[in-house]
Amino acid sequence: MTNPYAVEMIDIVIRFPGVLANDHVNFTLKSGEIHALLGENGAGKSTLMNVLAGLYKQTSGTIKINGQPVSFNSPKDSIAVGIGMVHQHFMLVPTQTVTENILLGLDTPRFILNLKKYDQKVLELQEQFGLRVPPTSKIWQLSVGEQQRVEILKILYRGANILIMDEPTAVLAPQEIDELMMTMRSMTERGKSIIFISHKLHEVEQVADRLTVLRKGVATAEGRSMKGVDKAELARLMVGRDVIFSVSKSSSEPGDTVLQMDNVSAENDKGIPALKNFSLNIRAGEVMGIAGVSGNGQSELAEVITGLRKCRGNIKINGQELSNQPPIAAIKSGVAHIPEDRHHVGSAPNLSITENTIMKNYKQEPIGNGWTINLPKARIHARGLKEQYDILAPNVRIPARKLSGGNLQKVILAREITTQPSLMVAMQPTRGLDVGAIEAIQRLLLEQRAAGAAILLISEELEELLTLSDQITVMFDGQSMGTLPNDDTINIQQIGLMMTGTSTN
Amino acid sequence: MPTLIFEKRVDDIPKWLPFVTSMGSVIIAFVISGFILWLLGGQPLVVGQYFFEASFGSWAVFSDTMVKATPLILVGLACTVAFKMKLWNIGAEGQFYLGAFAASLVVLVPLVPDGTPKPIVLLAMMLMGMLGGAVWGLIPGYLKAYFNINEIITTLMLNYVAIQWNNFWIFNSFSDAGFQMTPSFDKSAWLPRLADYARQYRFLSGMTLHLGVVIALVATVVVWWILARSRWGYEIKLIGDNPLAARYAGLNIKQNVVLVMMFSGALAGLAGMAEVSGVVHRLQERISPGYGFTGIIIAWLAKLNPFAVIPVSILFGALILAGREIQPSGLANMLQGFILFMVISSDVLLRYKIKLVRPTVSHEV
Repeated sequence: MTNPYAVEMIDIVIRFPGVLANDHVNFTLKSGEIHALLGENGAGKSTLMNVLAGLYKQTSGTIKINGQPVSFNSPKDSIAVGIGMVHQHFMLVPTQTVTENILLGLDTPRFILNLKKYDQKVLELQEQFGLRVPPTSKIWQLSVGEQQRVEILKILYRGANILIMDEPTAVLAPQEIDELMMTMRSMTERGKSIIFISHKLHEVEQVADRLTVLRKGVATAEGRSMKGVDKAELARLMVGRDVIFSVSKSSSEPGDTVLQMDNVSAENDKGIPALKNFSLNIRAGEVMGIAGVSGNGQSELAEVITGLRKCRGNIKINGQELSNQPPIAAIKSGVAHIPEDRHHVGSAPNLSITENTIMKNYKQEPIGNGWTINLPKARIHARGLKEQYDILAPNVRIPARKLSGGNLQKVILAREITTQPSLMVAMQPTRGLDVGAIEAIQRLLLEQRAAGAAILLISEELEELLTLSDQITVMFDGQSMGTLPNDDTINIQQIGLMMTGTSTN
Repeated sequence: MPTLIFEKRVDDIPKWLPFVTSMGSVIIAFVISGFILWLLGGQPLVVGQYFFEASFGSWAVFSDTMVKATPLILVGLACTVAFKMKLWNIGAEGQFYLGAFAASLVVLVPLVPDGTPKPIVLLAMMLMGMLGGAVWGLIPGYLKAYFNINEIITTLMLNYVAIQWNNFWIFNSFSDAGFQMTPSFDKSAWLPRLADYARQYRFLSGMTLHLGVVIALVATVVVWWILARSRWGYEIKLIGDNPLAARYAGLNIKQNVVLVMMFSGALAGLAGMAEVSGVVHRLQERISPGYGFTGIIIAWLAKLNPFAVIPVSILFGALILAGREIQPSGLANMLQGFILFMVISSDVLLRYKIKLVRPTVSHEV
């Protein structure tokens, strides 16, 4: 008698100090199926899967693999029974070839590396699953999608039958996502079983056979069949209330040009051209969305405007030249910035909420008072923002690192909005936030638009760009692939093509 | 077997805990040192009592303890200021020497004419001392800010340069009959001491405590005010906590690196001035027995809190003093080492909760 389940996780409890990450969760994976694990950030998806991958140990509960109870003490044990995890962040050596990366850490070959022979083996494996990537290429030469394929190959090469894929689509362009889904299908046809972690409803709908939904560590749906489940219901299971999917946007009349960029070029940190003759205009009261797969010059675009990066070309804000000026010049001429990395750039983790809210206005009355900082006034200011922006924190004296991502983002947004910007540069403002926080942040951005600010919205979420933008510029390889008005005529397929560098003139 | 479990703290640390762990560390360090002494055949309690007598036993020895604590407070503050911005200035020793040197120039060159009133001489010496230290901070600060040269290396190396610099000028230009010291300064360049008032108040006779301690206490308040209340202090904290955020907020980081290194150097230089003007009354070779390095430990033990620098400096002043009184003199160094070791180890108590778990069958609720 064969056991239909590849994985059975029964009554799993995972407790961290002060947190109950998983509360009596049951999870089963049938052989040859794709089982989606859905949930907001911090719902406990990754924790549950890290237990299965042998990275953590459950506090209580049983795990069975193919019917046999197992106990993992390290990832090695997990790999030994055929489990492999494709992490969100790739673990590859950039200067080595595909084959070398796949062989890394294995016991064979031991002394003599007959690369040619192994290249052939890797090719055979690729043929089997339709995961094409040249075995002799170096990792740094590959696109993100190709690198992901290497990660998958690495796991398949180690003989994994159960694949855990942690948000594999987060880094991919639309076409690459489609290819990935086809790969996933072909893998299940060859007997592999896949756990697909995601918080994107439409992808889950598209590819999964069954799904389990986690919310705050509790399974709100356990192994439900995908048949007859609709998007709105999934969202309710995830967040526990009905989600309004589109923040409504009022119509607005754009005013004068606020940002004018002409032929701006810049290099990234490695000295490689990242922004190539990029031109852009944004008018007051207008949201300009920048679409593109990450790493195509978006970070550099935000940085040249805010004075954090040197460039060539002209950047004018309200007619004033700002290229190659220090960041303070941009701040003074009314540029606010929601940085991509809210922990490492947007905030000082060990300073209090108060100290984080005054970063941009500590020199101004009433907080800045000549040489001194008026602490009581600063606290009043911070408390006011906490109230107004609904920042959840016990008080304003706690360090910023104790805030959740959504609340930290609200602190940053509150601070930036307080400067009454004429241009708001918002980079991935909602990434990694839960649905409730996303909605709040999007509302605030639209309020700024209504107040007459020009907004540069850089996002990888096409849905977000379509919701908020008046126009969408697509970036690929540091260049503008064109600007489309965001109205009824907009064609998502076309944007997808432009994102991957296909010109559609 | 019950097992110890270390749980990362997620809640706030109780306010009293750092104080208790620091005090506990000092006590445990004394206990361990006592134990070692006992192993070697000594009498720990007698030695301990002698230790205490030698540094706190009477007003006279307490005055001596404070004389030792004075430069320590100033260099402790110097390190505190730099460490707040995560600038690892371990050159307080060199800055101390340059402070002592520059302050001495006022008398040795001389920079002020004969018969200048005492307050003006002293003020000039203070300013020169701070300037000397500041210059010695400016060099590594500038190299760090504009060429990204590691300040740990430059400040450390400049310590030795400073010591030799002093020696050069002492032997070359200002030597007193070829000895490794300059002639004694004129009395107008001496910081007032308690003993100076012994004629009016008999009990002050022999007390060497000088005005430098007041300078150190004032400096403590000034440093506290700058760090806790001023705009500059906010900038220092912001850069120290997250330089990327500071740059993003429009701060000039390079300029602040230079300024903070200069300020830190000026405080250490002031310590050097207090030592030549308040204690030895001349410039000499080996003017510091390593105050600058002890300052690093003090700043760390005080957890970069300016007011905590004072009691920690007094403790270390007492250790230095007692170390001279008892044999073997290495005992005081051993104790210093243990204290540092214990305090650094005790950090684990601030970051983790430690629980004793007995092996029972766990029932999840």
